[in-house]
Amino acid sequence: MWDYTEKVMEYFFNPRNAGYIEDADGIGEVGSLACGDALTLTFKLDENGRIEDAKFKTFGCASAIASSSVLTEMIRGMTLAEAEKVSNQDIVRQLGGLPEQKMHCSVMGHDALMAAIANYRNKGRFAAEKKGTVVCTCFGVTDEEIKEVIRSNDLTTVQQVTNYCKAGGGCGGCHGQIEKIIEEIQGDKAKTARPAVPTKPEKLTNIKKIQLIQQTINEQIRPALRADGGDIQLIDVDGNKVIIAFRGMCAQCRMAEFTMKDVVEARLREFVSDELFVQEDKDSSEQPHNHRAG
Amino acid sequence: MKTIYMDNNATTRVADEVIEEMMPYFGDLYGNPSSMHTFGGQVGKKLRQARERVASLLGCEPDEIVFTSCGTESDNTAIRGALAAVPQKRKIITTRVEHPAVLGTCRELEHHGYTIVELGVDKQGRLNLDELKDAIDDDTTIVSIMYANNETGVIFPIDEIASLIKAKGVIFHTDAVQAVGKIPLNLADSNIDLLSLSGHKLHAPKGVGVLYIRRGTRLAPFMLGGHQESGKRGGTENVPGIIALGKACDLAQAGIQEENTRVKQLRDKLEKAILASCPDCMVNGDPNNRLPNTLNVSFEYIEGEAILLLLNKFGICASSGSACTSGSLEPSHVLRAMGVPFTAAHGSIRFSLSRYNTEDEVDFVADKLPEIVKKLRDLSPFVST
Repeated sequence: MWDYTEKVMEYFFNPRNAGYIEDADGIGEVGSLACGDALTLTFKLDENGRIEDAKFKTFGCASAIASSSVLTEMIRGMTLAEAEKVSNQDIVRQLGGLPEQKMHCSVMGHDALMAAIANYRNKGRFAAEKKGTVVCTCFGVTDEEIKEVIRSNDLTTVQQVTNYCKAGGGCGGCHGQIEKIIEEIQGDKAKTARPAVPTKPEKLTNIKKIQLIQQTINEQIRPALRADGGDIQLIDVDGNKVIIAFRGMCAQCRMAEFTMKDVVEARLREFVSDELFVQEDKDSSEQPHNHRAG
Repeated sequence: MKTIYMDNNATTRVADEVIEEMMPYFGDLYGNPSSMHTFGGQVGKKLRQARERVASLLGCEPDEIVFTSCGTESDNTAIRGALAAVPQKRKIITTRVEHPAVLGTCRELEHHGYTIVELGVDKQGRLNLDELKDAIDDDTTIVSIMYANNETGVIFPIDEIASLIKAKGVIFHTDAVQAVGKIPLNLADSNIDLLSLSGHKLHAPKGVGVLYIRRGTRLAPFMLGGHQESGKRGGTENVPGIIALGKACDLAQAGIQEENTRVKQLRDKLEKAILASCPDCMVNGDPNNRLPNTLNVSFEYIEGEAILLLLNKFGICASSGSACTSGSLEPSHVLRAMGVPFTAAHGSIRFSLSRYNTEDEVDFVADKLPEIVKKLRDLSPFVST
């Protein structure tokens, strides 16, 4: 169960300003049924250009309804210039906080407000196409929208971007692109996860060298061989000569000598030492067993 | 406020009789069933009784029962154990609507060089058995297909599937976590090789499960250690949990008639009342092959989490396939596999009953639901008011 604040629950159970202003000055529509939440925000200005009335209609969970409702209260009495400065963080603060995974509800409120103001300024025309190019095809989020939430909320991880604007929350195919955008904006602050690799040390003792060779085989080489039903065993290390044996599928593969040995050697040189060379120990390789039918 | 519990596919209340039966084994009777002395031996005797009780409910032999810690462990053991026993074959067949315990395991194995075939379902959540037949080849080690779906209650024709797979010489596992205790099973007459069940879905406590292993099925052990469970699952037994599960199986066997008459009638009454009083709603699943306790219904244009929280205000416990309840952003993988439109998937609610539910409770829920649905539809931009 979500850990909602009392204020979120209060605005969910007793939403203020629900409805639709028929003769509204500005209308903002964001979200869709497919995405799981949608909001229509309408406002009316008084003669001094201040927001006299604002109403919402929301399809979504408790935090989406509460975010929309509290926003309509916040902007009443504001000029459009003031309303434009309301951020999604202001909505979160007003609600006493939102669970991390629900931050996108506050962003939806902010987006609807911006859309409604743009609609007023364009004299009733809805803003044309979204700005930027679509990065997340599952939820239709553009690079511009992703940049916006990263900047205004100081985000540094893909998970956070997903929490704030849903991008990356579907198939996950765009995670790499989102990482790039984060790096572009946040530079060194970006906490993009890199796979751990053993670092090549300056000077190697014999024990250290053997450990590093074993680690490289375990982490960098074996998983790929296992995927094809094979395996590799470290037999011995004699100076810079690394003696290995292929097991399972790889042992019977005629290509092993020409390709696998080179791949292993390249990996070991990359992660351990440039001086290593690999020799295959054919005698200890197992007799064919394990061979996959067909 | 009284709790009206209609979320029995998530977990169930531990039966009073079950608690009574297991309590002494937390206290005075703490012996290790493997010990040579009488103090431990009496516990061993009680475990044997529990094993017999489970076997009796399933219609199998006691030595085909292996106790585990949960349904997920049983599923993991079945799939990984079967693959390890037949290392030369590398294909697994399952369905898109499995529980994450199976689907997650299979998808992880995909990274280790196994080929996974996930069979689709139709709009009512049914499998196409011809598709299954076509998918099985010489490289196939195991087929894992659930007995009944946890979200929709749809029951697959497991006996027919088991015979079909047997004819091809492939191991067949079924996750029967939702089926056991709700519909009668007789494993002696079926061709199922491996079957998972979970204690807490049938009024036993959490932390105990079973993997049924048909005699002669080759399976590598998952948890290595002592000789417990005939070496198939090491580790000192969860004695109170196993004894509790034995008693729960006893009660389930006695109550399976009631499940399929009284509980089913309550479910049907709730379904009828909801369909009659709430516009734009529909039942998800196959109405002709469904668990007697499960009702999955979609309310269009409104969102599941909001419905659940308003139900919760009245003490009513149910669950939803909406995206928001899971913390993920996409609605239930089961409903999506069935092609339920997004308009309905986000607003899906599952009511799952048990023998502890009463007619008054069903009336109460049926009475409250229309106002909840109306309240949320009044807020929805997709409904003009």
